[in-house]
Amino acid sequence: MSDVADRVRKIVVEHLNVDAEKVTEKASFIDDLGADSLDQVELVMAFEEEFSVEIPDDAAESIQTFGDAVSFLTKATS
Amino acid sequence: MFDLTGKRALVTGASGGIGREIAKALASAGATVALSGTRVGALEDTAKEIGVDCPILPANLSKLDEVDKLVPAAEQAMGGLDILVNNAGMTRDNLFMRMKDEEWDDVIAVNLTAAFHLNRACLRGMMKQRWGRIIGISSVVGVTGNPGQGNYAASKAGLIGMNKALAHEVASRNITVNSIAPGFIASAMTDELNDKQREAILGTVPMNRLGTAQEIAACTVFLASDAAAYITGHTLNVNGGMAMI
Repeated sequence: MSDVADRVRKIVVEHLNVDAEKVTEKASFIDDLGADSLDQVELVMAFEEEFSVEIPDDAAESIQTFGDAVSFLTKATS
Repeated sequence: MFDLTGKRALVTGASGGIGREIAKALASAGATVALSGTRVGALEDTAKEIGVDCPILPANLSKLDEVDKLVPAAEQAMGGLDILVNNAGMTRDNLFMRMKDEEWDDVIAVNLTAAFHLNRACLRGMMKQRWGRIIGISSVVGVTGNPGQGNYAASKAGLIGMNKALAHEVASRNITVNSIAPGFIASAMTDELNDKQREAILGTVPMNRLGTAQEIAACTVFLASDAAAYITGHTLNVNGGMAMI
C-alpha cells in the first residue's frame, strides 16, 4: 500500500466516519461510503490541503471512488 | 443576552446607518467585527464608537476583484470568520419604462452578486470549523415589491432565494443562512423623503413609526447567536406590521 493511499484512506475514514476496511479501491464515496455531494466537496478540499495541490472542478468530478482519488493524487504529486 | 464572545464577524456596508448599528451590536455581544464599506472615514468612526480594535477593510462591492479579497482579508485579520453579514446595499430607483441597463446592473451587482461571492468565499472556513452564520439584510420590498424599485426588489428577493438555497446546502454543517427584511427604517435613505412621502409611508405601517437601525441590529445578533441555532433559511420580517407575511 502506497503512502498516498494511506493518507487518502485516513482522510476518508475520518471524514465519512467509516471503517478502514470498507475503503477499498473500487469503493464509491457516494454509493458505498455514504457520502453526500457536500461530503465529496469537503473530501476534495481535504485532499487539496493534505497534498498541497489544487484539484480543478472537472478533475474533482471525476474522483468518484477511493481508487480514483489515489490515482489522481499519485499523479498530481509525482 | 446573546453571547458572541470569541466569534469573528464581517459586516459589509458598515459605514452606513444600519451596518454601523449591526457592527456595534455584534461587538457589544462580544464578537470581533471587521468593518467593510466604501468610506474609510466613516468606518474609522464606527471603529471608534465600538472602542475596541476592529479590522477596517474598505471595499467597493461593485468591483468583483475587491469583493473577492474581502473574506480572505477578514480571515487573515481575525484568524477566521464565523459570522458574515451581507448588509451593503444601494438603490437606483426608476420606473421600469425608464430604467436603464446600468441602473439594473449596478444594483444587482452590489446587492446580490457581491453577496453571492462573499457567501461562497466564507463557506470553506465555516464548513471546516462546523459553525457559521450568514445573514443577509434584504428588504420588505423584496417580498412585496415597490413601484420604482424593480431592480432593488429583484436584488432583495434574490438575496432571500439565494440564502434559502444555500441554507439547504450547508445546514448539515451547522451553518445557518438567514435573511432579515427590514421595513422602513430611519436612515440616510429615509431622511431624503419629504413630509408627504413620510406621511404616506407611515400610513402603511400599523406601528405608525419608522423602525430603527438598532432594531435590525438586535435581530442580527439573535440570528448570529447560538440561541438561533435551529433557525435557517428563514426571513425575519422587521417592519412594524407593514407586511404580515
